[in-house]
Amino acid sequence: MSLKKVLFAPITENNPIALQILGICSALAVTTKLETAFVMCIAVTLVTAFSNFFVSLIRNHVPSSIRIIVMMTVIASLVIVTDQLLKAFVYDIAKSMSVYVGLIITNCIVMGRAEAYAMKNGPITSFIDGLGNGLGYSIVLIFVAFFRELFGSGKLLGFEVLPTVGNGGFYQTNGMALLAPSAFFLIGIFIWGLRTWKVDQVEKE
Amino acid sequence: MKALRGFLDSQHHHFAKGGKLEKFYPMYEMIDTFAYTPGEVSRGSVHVRDGIDLKRTMVTVAMALTFCLLMACYNTGLQANTALAAQGLTSLDGWRGSIMAALGLGFDPSNCVSNFVYGLLFFAPVFLVTNITGGFWEVVFATTRKHEINEGFLVTGLLFPLILPPSIPLWQVAVGISFGVVFGKEVFGGTGKNFLNPALTARAFLFFAYPGEISGDAVWTAVDGFTGATALGQAAIAGPAAITVSWMDAFLGFMPGSMGETSTLACLIGALVLVVSGIGSWRIMLSMTISGMLFALLLNTIGSTTNPMFALTPAWHFVLGGFAFGMVFMATDPVSGSMTFKGQFIYGTLIGFMVILVRVINPAFPEGVMLAILFSNCFAPLIDWFVVNGDIKRRAARIKA
Repeated sequence: MSLKKVLFAPITENNPIALQILGICSALAVTTKLETAFVMCIAVTLVTAFSNFFVSLIRNHVPSSIRIIVMMTVIASLVIVTDQLLKAFVYDIAKSMSVYVGLIITNCIVMGRAEAYAMKNGPITSFIDGLGNGLGYSIVLIFVAFFRELFGSGKLLGFEVLPTVGNGGFYQTNGMALLAPSAFFLIGIFIWGLRTWKVDQVEKE
Repeated sequence: MKALRGFLDSQHHHFAKGGKLEKFYPMYEMIDTFAYTPGEVSRGSVHVRDGIDLKRTMVTVAMALTFCLLMACYNTGLQANTALAAQGLTSLDGWRGSIMAALGLGFDPSNCVSNFVYGLLFFAPVFLVTNITGGFWEVVFATTRKHEINEGFLVTGLLFPLILPPSIPLWQVAVGISFGVVFGKEVFGGTGKNFLNPALTARAFLFFAYPGEISGDAVWTAVDGFTGATALGQAAIAGPAAITVSWMDAFLGFMPGSMGETSTLACLIGALVLVVSGIGSWRIMLSMTISGMLFALLLNTIGSTTNPMFALTPAWHFVLGGFAFGMVFMATDPVSGSMTFKGQFIYGTLIGFMVILVRVINPAFPEGVMLAILFSNCFAPLIDWFVVNGDIKRRAARIKA
């Protein structure tokens, strides 16, 4: 596969959330605001890319029986670095994301790509694959966060787009959009749209 | 009638395969079969056990709802007029006020006609918005999927306005029913394939999205600026002694609440129609009532010094809120409920138990019928699976022995 394909395939052809159904947990947790979703996307993309890179570098020296532990160590170190960076530079957002930065360790996408891709491929393509999967994750997260923030509080990135009733406007905020179930509906809509477009992703009964 | 038949036949070639309006065949088919019984007969071997089809099932449910519909109009008007009389108002601005003035009707709560007409002026817009919006989605899905429009929506479109408060904004009705039809039913493949009741899904969406308009703390009397707590809300704060309506009024339905569900009597008449015609399952209704009443009685006996809801007697639980309406028209939905006879008893028992659990023990919601039925809808297929597998195992064991 060409590097370009490795990078872009996870966005529509093999989306980690929409097709592989990985990483749903954080898609529910950090998507009430577009801003936090952006930060989360960047964090997950970088962690996936670098964990893929480092796992791939050492893949020939790791005994198969302890490979999961080694991967966890690599990923955990990267997550700690990310967490510290976020706290240093965007403290308020990092605070509102609370435990979910630390929980990137348990994000199935990071672990899944390390196990499924980085253990079998060279460091450069693994790095690109990590970036691509991070982008595939990001596109869903931003889609969900866009609609949740818009419908839930009438804002986008903190700016008021639909003037709410509370502020003398016309838009009545939808409380449902601020609750986790709405993310399920939005991910469902995303998958519905994607599979209407890419019919081959529809599962056979 | 002949003219209609002739007209339909003369237009048929436009909608048939190859015609220029082929895409809209489902709409033609809907109008045709609504007016006339289809002429096609089965060929080859058939397994018909009963003359009843989907259309007749749905129409029977609609007939069972008659008294609830009448009560919905009458009681909405009565509550609004009573509140207006208490405020000393005799005329109102707005289109409803103009219509009432044009008809020469006042806002006198002792005038039956005035109550009924004024209530109808609240019920009719909600009903129309529900059916136009819901019907629109039905047609969109039927034409893209190239199947016929069926009558499932007829009942949803009747039930949904009945479980809404009269003061609900119409745009919320449209948003709610769109969600109910699309996500409660169509994404799963349409009528007969949904696992949740679409009308309740629509209401649950509104309940969580716009709690200000529909959660049960403030009663929805159709008068501007009038608020108060529902009977269940009153009981949640200060126990059954604080309920301001009498038990008999609650049973007959002369109290504020969602439009169609106040009258337990009207629901029971509907239950009779459904049970006699064999459309609704008496097993679900009976088991739900028994389990709900027993659990309420148990909590009654235990008692509580901190939670006044414990003191609410089973008789009160039965007539307040949506217990009767949910039991008769929502829990018995043949698509989202359990199918097996044994399963129906378990399913009904689960609903009755959950209703009282949410009402009494959960401090957040004074009413739990909607949530209890949706919760049990999710479990209905599982219950059926265990019942069917239990039967299979029992029979296999019998053959071995």
